[in-house]
Amino acid sequence: MRYVEEFRDPVAAKVVLAEIAHVVDQIGATAEKPVHIMEICGGHTHAIFRYGLDRLTPPGIEFIHGPGCPVCVLPMSRIDECVTLAEDPRVIFTTFGDAMRVPGSKKSLLQAKADGADIRMVYSPLDALEIARRNPDREVVFFGLGFETTTPSTALSIQQAAREGLTNFSVFCNHITVPPPIKVLLDDPHMILDGFVGPGHVSMVIGIHPYDFIAEAYDKPIVVAGFEPLDLLQSVLMVLKQIRDGRAEVENQYARVVPEHGNRVSLAAIEDVYEARPKFEWRGLGEIDASGLRIRDAYKAFDAEEKFGVGYGAGHRSVQEPDGCACGAVMTGRIKPPECPHYGVGCTPEMPLGALMVSSEGACAAYYQYGGARAAETVE
Amino acid sequence: MCLGIPGQIVEITDADRLMAMAEVSGVRREVNVACVATGPLDDLVGAWTLIHVGFAMSLIDEEEAAKTLEALRGLGEAQETLEAMADSASALEGTQ
Ligand code: SF4
Repeated sequence: MRYVEEFRDPVAAKVVLAEIAHVVDQIGATAEKPVHIMEICGGHTHAIFRYGLDRLTPPGIEFIHGPGCPVCVLPMSRIDECVTLAEDPRVIFTTFGDAMRVPGSKKSLLQAKADGADIRMVYSPLDALEIARRNPDREVVFFGLGFETTTPSTALSIQQAAREGLTNFSVFCNHITVPPPIKVLLDDPHMILDGFVGPGHVSMVIGIHPYDFIAEAYDKPIVVAGFEPLDLLQSVLMVLKQIRDGRAEVENQYARVVPEHGNRVSLAAIEDVYEARPKFEWRGLGEIDASGLRIRDAYKAFDAEEKFGVGYGAGHRSVQEPDGCACGAVMTGRIKPPECPHYGVGCTPEMPLGALMVSSEGACAAYYQYGGARAAETVE
Repeated sequence: MCLGIPGQIVEITDADRLMAMAEVSGVRREVNVACVATGPLDDLVGAWTLIHVGFAMSLIDEEEAAKTLEALRGLGEAQETLEAMADSASALEGTQ
């Protein structure tokens, strides 16, 4: 158990691991007949690989890596739209650095920047606002992407821009929500899912009740988890105990940060600025009902889609993913990354072909990053 | 981008806009405190918060802050966030 020593509290980790092994035995799960636990959040996927949690836990547990990495689920057409906006000479295009290397059908934002587009990587939409204040003769567009954790930041920034009467700031809104794709996966007859580990920082904003349907309508356990390795192990144990006891509940392992009903101010800002789109396209999952957000009419002046006529539903939408690219199958947990023909050959973190290779939260990048160490260890 | 980073509020910089200076791993960065401003703003000075893309999203205690920071360091996320903050400063100047 070489990784356990890296835990903040290795003794506590060993205790939880022993308990996990015991409950897995009680359930009767084995490598041939495992329980399938999906960790929804890409941050959790990263932590599982970093600490080797999938191998510290018994072979009776199979982790399925969920669609919870906002960069990874962006279809190529969204990146193409970003490039179109960024190449407009009036525009200063601002984005989180994470999105820079996601491949579009012709180029990534990084390539567009090299070709001369004014693209700036910012840490916060507040910095995009400041760029707008300092450049009144330019149009500053912020690429709003991310799940519920990030959504309040752009909503509050738009409200601030409205209060100041800024006329050269807009958001290209591609925010998405966690619950709808989970429902799609649960409805998929090919998916075997016995329980979920839920993203803690999303629930910090929305609380734990948006997941009630998982327990109530689908009879599956879900535990909202922090992202420390010990948090994750404890959450897996809580999921396993529910399975053993035949319970299906929404439990909160991360109560020290996650309030049951979420953050009031964040939720109010989201509600004020955004509304659900009828549909939104996810890489690998296709269009999902009410899974994306758009800016309400009241804030139209800050909507880059309105201002520039670019965005979801504006042009021909679907762009073919590269040949043989298995991003969709990996994203839905149908195959593991090394089973993709491009893995490590045409697709590496330096030269990503698919989005799952771009961010450290993507399953392919996580496999790739920690896979080398693992191979060496097997030889030992 | 998805994970927050702990920071301590050291000073309220603009009460109207709900902005405060936070210290994040030795780096000072202005953040918005709307989501954690339930009482008088000055009460936030000294408080530890989880900061997400420039917004303090949740109040945490010092012990939780230390634990979280360690987990983020382990994942390489703390370094990435601090770099993103530094990059952003040059983006403001247009020198990126
Ligand atoms: S290896 Fe690349 S192309 Fe294949 S599934 Fe992963 S990200 Fe997609």
